[in-house]
Amino acid sequence: MKGTNEMKIIFESRSENEGFARVSVAAFLTQLNPTLEEVADVKTAVSEAVTNSIIHGYENEIHNIEIRCRVNDRLFVVEVKDTGKGIEDVEAARTPLFTTKPDLERAGMGFAFMEAFMDRVIVESKPKEGTLVRMEKTIGKGRELWTTQSL
Amino acid sequence: MKYQLQENCLTIFLPKEIDHHNAEDMRETADSIIRSQHVKYIIFDFEKTDFMDSSGIGVIMGRYKTIHFLGGEIWAVHTNERMKKILTMSGMTNILQIYEEETV
Repeated sequence: MKGTNEMKIIFESRSENEGFARVSVAAFLTQLNPTLEEVADVKTAVSEAVTNSIIHGYENEIHNIEIRCRVNDRLFVVEVKDTGKGIEDVEAARTPLFTTKPDLERAGMGFAFMEAFMDRVIVESKPKEGTLVRMEKTIGKGRELWTTQSL
Repeated sequence: MKYQLQENCLTIFLPKEIDHHNAEDMRETADSIIRSQHVKYIIFDFEKTDFMDSSGIGVIMGRYKTIHFLGGEIWAVHTNERMKKILTMSGMTNILQIYEEETV
């Protein structure tokens, strides 16, 4: 079995940290030797989850967001956690085009993007306690790893 | 944000990354020009862009609503494969045209 590895970052819910968050996760992901497309998929999904925490979870107040990443063989798991206001109706929130903030011109596609780009998206949320989004993706699906031989 | 205005056509040169953080700035700049200059056509130029999340979709949708109401159109140019995928997935290809340049 290949190795496992884990990392955790905690940062403030400032919008300028969105770029930092997705790039950090992407950097951690590189150990699985992902394709550029897989990296882009994970970056987009992380960006969506972090943006949700900032806009909806904390409603632009500054608190901490925690990201935990794990690799286990070829499975990549990323969790984005906030201790914000939580989601009343998770199922409704996951419906494409659903948004509680149309005034901010949110497209209502955050969860749809996460689901499209990751294999699995699990949302645990309690009103007034916060939200945890766990996303999983198997890296290198349908692609045999090639190895180089020494001459 | 860089932009160019030719008569009633506004070209917006999108940044390298479009997320919630810089979407606000794009929105404000675009809206002030649209309001003051009678813009009817908007071209989103993705030449420098390699990352966009749903915040970018929100910006495009919002501009489309304004422009469409005035009988205008929106276009996307210089989209790479990733941007095409994002625009297609989000249904944006129903409201904008992707201008394909002939490859030499």
